[in-house]
Amino acid sequence: MRTVGEIARHVFRERVRDRVFYTLVVFAVLLIAASYLLGQLTAGQEVKIIKDVGLAASSIIGLFVAIFIGIGLVSKEVERRSIYNLLSKPVSRRQVILGKYAGLVLTLFVNVSVMSVALYAVLAYFNAVADPTMKAGWEAPAPDPRLLIAMGLIFVELVVITAIALVFSTFSSPLLSAALTFGLFVVGHFNADLKHFEQIVNSRPAAYLARALYYVLPNLTLFDVKAQVVHGIRVAPMAVVSSLAYAGVYIAVLIAAAVFIFERRDFK
Amino acid sequence: MHDRQASGPDVDEQLLYLRSGPLVDRLALSYDAVVADAYWIRALQHYGSTRLSKKPNKRYDLLYPLLDLTTSLDPEFAIAYRFGAIFLAEGYPDGPGRPDLAIELLKKGIRAQPVKWQYIYDIGFIHYWWREDYREAAGWFEPASRVPGAPWWLKPLTATTLAQGGDRASSRLLWQQMLETADNDWFRQSAQVCLAQLTALDHLDQLSGLVARYRAMTRQTPASWDEMIRAGLLRGTPQDPAGAPYVLDPRPGVVDLAPESPLQPLPPNLRRGAR
Repeated sequence: MRTVGEIARHVFRERVRDRVFYTLVVFAVLLIAASYLLGQLTAGQEVKIIKDVGLAASSIIGLFVAIFIGIGLVSKEVERRSIYNLLSKPVSRRQVILGKYAGLVLTLFVNVSVMSVALYAVLAYFNAVADPTMKAGWEAPAPDPRLLIAMGLIFVELVVITAIALVFSTFSSPLLSAALTFGLFVVGHFNADLKHFEQIVNSRPAAYLARALYYVLPNLTLFDVKAQVVHGIRVAPMAVVSSLAYAGVYIAVLIAAAVFIFERRDFK
Repeated sequence: MHDRQASGPDVDEQLLYLRSGPLVDRLALSYDAVVADAYWIRALQHYGSTRLSKKPNKRYDLLYPLLDLTTSLDPEFAIAYRFGAIFLAEGYPDGPGRPDLAIELLKKGIRAQPVKWQYIYDIGFIHYWWREDYREAAGWFEPASRVPGAPWWLKPLTATTLAQGGDRASSRLLWQQMLETADNDWFRQSAQVCLAQLTALDHLDQLSGLVARYRAMTRQTPASWDEMIRAGLLRGTPQDPAGAPYVLDPRPGVVDLAPESPLQPLPPNLRRGAR
């Protein structure tokens, strides 16, 4: 466990050196610019749009970090031949995978946390300057605590995507890994369609295949409660718990797959 | 009556590459709300810039498709339905003059959120104000009043609309309630303008009465407000609620709003003798 923690810390420090957190500056600039412009353009919908932009930007920036760093976690080490140096130490391949994954999850956690704080700061400003009649028109309070549910599930989605990127990183080139991970991210948002495929095709084997794919491919729509939260619609606690459980199982399987592939890989 | 906008060649190239709401919803992945915001801003810009345009034959062709896309991507976007309906119903040239599309948009909102009494009320409002169909309007106010959480005044409004729809008193009641329940500056300003127009109509009636009195006293039509002031019928040049002086046409002795008044145009059906 200590070794895993050491590797995770090393990955995190490396990301800081890589200036990954510059993405936070992009996020802050985006939010401030949006806040300034939207008041003129949106006919009283500033708070809704700031929330939409903030949540979407957190998700997109996090997605880029998860994919572009996730795909390099192992393949970069192989490319730079530093993997030999790492494996010559008393570190198991399983620990390498777990440590690298934990390091990137920590990076994402810090990233999403800072973006959440920035979003709340902008919303708190709007809350302070808005008059009571304007506030009466809001579907949910500006600095709504429920935004944390949306942010939390964005983080969980990113953790799943990181695990997917890590699996591809263990056996594929960075470019192909990025394409495959992004492809699964897109497919993950259409996954629910596969469940009822038999309603649109007559072929029984095709329907079975679609049903099988439904269970194998990630269902990322489970982590999307952004619109509900922005409109002040209650998010059922059981839905959040089952999404977390789904993510836990899915990540465990992906990490096991990454470890399985990495342990059998020949670097000679 | 206001259902069609002027036809003619398009003055600007207006493009909307994707018009299918379900398709754009798929393409937006989990970012449908933020894409809806982008379409909403585009709808506002399209409406605003076309309305302000001085070009002849201006067209609002993209307004409904943009609002349809916005509400397909974010079916709970209440303001897009409510503002969108106001924009669509607005008579040409200030809007496309399409209350039919406004009602279609609001019905889409009711399908998405059946508990929103505001959408049902807004359909009644469009029938009342733009179509002058008071029976149909009352037919929407009544079910709106039965939605849990609907305000108490919807019930008397239904009765008033049925009994005396189209007169100034019921119109004032409608706009007064709109003003008091408005949760948005734009709605509030619209209601204030319409209430000011109703006040201006009352002023015009009173001023016409004074002109008739002057004529009875002097057997002449007043040439200007000054003559009426000198006759002791007025204390100063009368102004409309927006601050523009009323205009007196001396030959027929007709009183009206100044052409530059922000309250122009007044609703023709509420002028005295219109009904």
